[in-house]
Formats: sequence, C-alpha cells, structure tokens
Amino acid sequence: MTGQVLYSQLFYGGSGIILVLLGLWSFLVHAPLLRKLIAINLMGAGVFHMLVAIAYRGIDTSPDPVPHALVLTGIVVAVSATALALAFGKRLDQDDD
Amino acid sequence: MMIDALPLSVTLPLIGAFAVTVSPGHARGPGLLAALLTAASALSVTAAVWSDGVLRADLGGWGVPLGIALEADGLSAAFLAMANVVALAISVYAGGYFKQESARHFWPLWLLLWSALNGLFLATDLFNLYVTLELLGLSAAALGALTGTREAVAANLRYLLVGLLGSMSYLLGVALVYAAYGVLDIGLVAEAIEPGPIAWTAMALMIGGLILKAALFPMHFWLPPAHANAPAPVSAALSALVVKAAFYLALRLWLDVFAPVLNEAAANLLGTLGAAAVVWGSWRALRAERLKLLAAYSTVAQMGYLFIAFPLLVATPPGLARDNLLAAVVLLALTHGLAKAGLFLAAGMVQKTAGHDRIDDLGGAAQALPAATFAIGLAGVALIGLPPSGTFLAKWMMLEQAMILGLWWWLVVMMIGTLLAAAYIFRVLSRAFNREPTPYRFVNDARTELPALLLGLIATFGLGIAAQPLWVLLEQGAFG
Repeated sequence: MTGQVLYSQLFYGGSGIILVLLGLWSFLVHAPLLRKLIAINLMGAGVFHMLVAIAYRGIDTSPDPVPHALVLTGIVVAVSATALALAFGKRLDQDDD
Repeated sequence: MMIDALPLSVTLPLIGAFAVTVSPGHARGPGLLAALLTAASALSVTAAVWSDGVLRADLGGWGVPLGIALEADGLSAAFLAMANVVALAISVYAGGYFKQESARHFWPLWLLLWSALNGLFLATDLFNLYVTLELLGLSAAALGALTGTREAVAANLRYLLVGLLGSMSYLLGVALVYAAYGVLDIGLVAEAIEPGPIAWTAMALMIGGLILKAALFPMHFWLPPAHANAPAPVSAALSALVVKAAFYLALRLWLDVFAPVLNEAAANLLGTLGAAAVVWGSWRALRAERLKLLAAYSTVAQMGYLFIAFPLLVATPPGLARDNLLAAVVLLALTHGLAKAGLFLAAGMVQKTAGHDRIDDLGGAAQALPAATFAIGLAGVALIGLPPSGTFLAKWMMLEQAMILGLWWWLVVMMIGTLLAAAYIFRVLSRAFNREPTPYRFVNDARTELPALLLGLIATFGLGIAAQPLWVLLEQGAFG
C-alpha cells in the first residue's frame, strides 16, 4: 500500500518537475511574448502537479486539503498574471500599427 | 484594539481600493482618506509592538495550521512603519501630481499595492507570503506602465515576466517545504527543518526567486527601465518599497526559516553579488544621463549593500555584535527607503517643471525649485552615508564588524560605493548652482514638495540621530 502511494507520488511529482524544467527552458529560450506566457503557465502547471501529488495519501485516505487549496489559489494568481501580461502585449501591438 | 490594527492594516487599503474603483471620478478624496487610515493603523501596530511585544492575530479564530495568521514582530514592525510613512507621503504627493484621468487609474492600483505590501510584512505563512508577493508584483507592474508610453509598457512587461519567474521559483520552494515537513507556518517550518538536500534546494529556490525580485546584480537588468519610466510617485514606491519587500522576505527566511541550514558558501555568494551590485550600480548611476535613471541605478547599488550583510551575519556569532549588525542592516534598508522615495518625488517635481530630466540641462529648473533641490540634497546625504544620516550609522557598524571579522574586502567595496555615490549626487547638485537670479520662494507647491522634503529630513536626521528606538523595536523577536 505505502509502496503504491510512493510510486504514484514519484510518478506525478516527477512529471511535475519535468514540466517545470520544460517550461523554464522554453521561457528562457523563446523571445515572443505568447511563447513566454505559455512557458510560465507550463511551469505553474508543473508546480501544481507536484502539489496535487503531495496531497495523495493512499486510496483509503482522503487527500490532504491544504495543497489543493494552494493549487486553487495558485491558478487564480496565474490567470490574473497572464491577463495582465496579455493586456501589456496588446498595448504594444497596437502601438506598432 | 491593538490586535484589530493588524488586520486593519491590510483590509483598510483593500476597502479603499474598492471604494475608488466604484467611484473613479472622485478617487482622490476617498483615496487620501484610506491612505491616512491605513498609515495610522500600521503605525499603531508598530507602536504596540514597541511597547507590548510581538502581536499576533488568527483571522476568523482559525489557528495554525489551517487558518491565516498575521503577526508583527520587531522586524516586520520596523519595515511596516517605514513603508507606511513613505506610502503616506507618496499618497499626498500623488494627490497633487496626477490629473483627473490618470488619478482614476492610479488610486485603485496604488491602494491594492499598499494592501499587498502590508500583508507581506505581516503574513506568517509561506504560502500567504507567495500570494502577497504576487499581488505586489502585479499591482506594481500595472502602476509602472501607467503613463502608457511604449518604453514604460515594454519595461513593465519585462518586469512582470521576471517577477513571475521569481514567484514561480519561490512557489516551487514552498511546495518542496510542504512535501518534506507538511507545514507552512514560518515558526513550525523553522522547528521542523533540518540540514539536507531538500532544505538546501528549497532555500536556493526561494531565496533565488526573491533576489530576482529584489534586483540583485546580475538580475537587476529589468529595474532601471521599469523604475525610470514610471510616473514619479510610482517610481518612488517601486524603488523604495517594492524591491525592499523582496529583501525583507529574503532576510526573514534567512533569519527565521533557514537558520539551521545556513552555510557560508550561500552567504558569500549573496555578498559577492551584492558587492558587484554596489560597484556596477554606482558606476552606471554616475554615467546616467537622466535623473530618474540615476536614481534607479542607485537603487541597484543600495540593494547591494543590504546583501553584503549576509556573509557578515553568518560570520558573526550570536550576541550583541550580531544584534547590532542586524539592526544596522535594517537601519540601512529603512533609510534607503525614505531617502530614495524623497529623491524620486523631488526628481518628479524637477522633471515636471523642466519638461525633461536630462541632468546636464537641468540647471534652471532645479534652481527654480529650492525645496525640491534641497530634498534631493538631503536624500543625497542619506544615500552617500554622510553623518548624521541613518546610512552613516549603519555603514559604520557594518564596516566595524567587517574589520573585526577580518573580512576587509567588503570594506573596500563599501568605500568604493560610497565614493561613487558622493560623485553621482554632487553631479546632480552641481547643476543647481549655475543660474541667476536666485528665486525668492522656497516652497512653490507645498503638496508635492513637502512630502519629498519630509522624507529627506527623516532619512537624514530622524533615523540618524534618533535611531535608538529601532534597537528597542528589534528586541521584540528579531534579535537572538
């Protein structure tokens, strides 16, 4: 049982880390704003992935609610930040025309 | 009553932001009222910590680990007082600075930023700190782009993206801490943490994210364009308060959370980056052609001094010497906050009068505004570290401790930075003395010139001659 928990946590947590690294690489390498924004959101998704994996406590136990609350808050923050960055990008595009 | 002042410091600006969003046509009145009430409640928190010790409020009666708690100890109370004095001065100044249309956009964002700032100083939980950090970054980037010029929007888009990367790194650290220890409250994490790869990685991620936001060399590249292109009151808030908040959090984590896992290598790395920031920032400030760019590069340099404190803190054993060193660092941060805000506010007046801020062509405008020029001079005294400013006292104590520890190279860096600071300040002031006739009015626009002047006076005289209360304040939970 505990082995299964550990395995699932490693699997989901590990893929979270891979997502973070992919996002970071893309954020640093690509110049266009949209690609940077998608990259930073990918990093966020990776972190949330890890938090969800941390919350898992086995099939018979209810998951830890704290990381879930963190993920929900994190999503709200990520949406707001993306919206503001898009508004800036739109403004710059309009200036170009 | 004093317990209530804790949540009020965060909620009052939030309510104010809501009020000015509902009636944007009359933003100034309610905005100033909210500013006054917020500053009053925050200062009463500091007064209560000073007289009664650490304050704590569990919101809604929910305790740790489930609820959201606010806590003010000596360290947070000291930063809270400085930030709210500066923010009140900026609000009064902004009341006279912004015209109808920009006032409509300024006040809601400004009060949101203030709320996030007070929340950051008072939060006790690593995740709530992340939320306040993000709110601070978002409102700061939006405020910085208020002028709507292409340069301002591009600079603040970059600032926003860098800030997001920093917060993401911090959040990853928080996730690691929670995975390893199952708690987020600063006090509980400090009890549970033990040296090991997880703690080191979490520390690197969290402090790394914060130094990105604190613009420590070489991650300072976003700061000068973002701060120099913002409207003057916003530049003052960004340079004096927002980067200082990231430093406060780094210091808080360093002292309270990661104390058991600290090592000299990490401290020396931070100190070396700080030293590079001092030299590079001061040099660029000296070579800057525009007054606000000079002030922005000066911020890069001044943030450097604060990070030089980390290797000194690690090398000093606990006791009176370490307490004094910590107080000196806090004093340096507070003085810089007041002085830099005064400098930016005064520079904004000069820029408004002259229509530009090219240092070489400033003469007439600076001389026509004696109060603003005097404020620049006072802020300059504090930035250079001449007596009797708080910076003088703080630098003196840091230099003394570096000598005692035999770490003379930090001393050399601080001397070079001080000399360069003197050069760039006098370069500005020298432009104020070449025109005739001498104007006969000292103050021309009280609402905008007096806040700058007052900030300069507090930085130079208040924190230098009357710095002792800071030691009393920091005894509440920060020393030891």
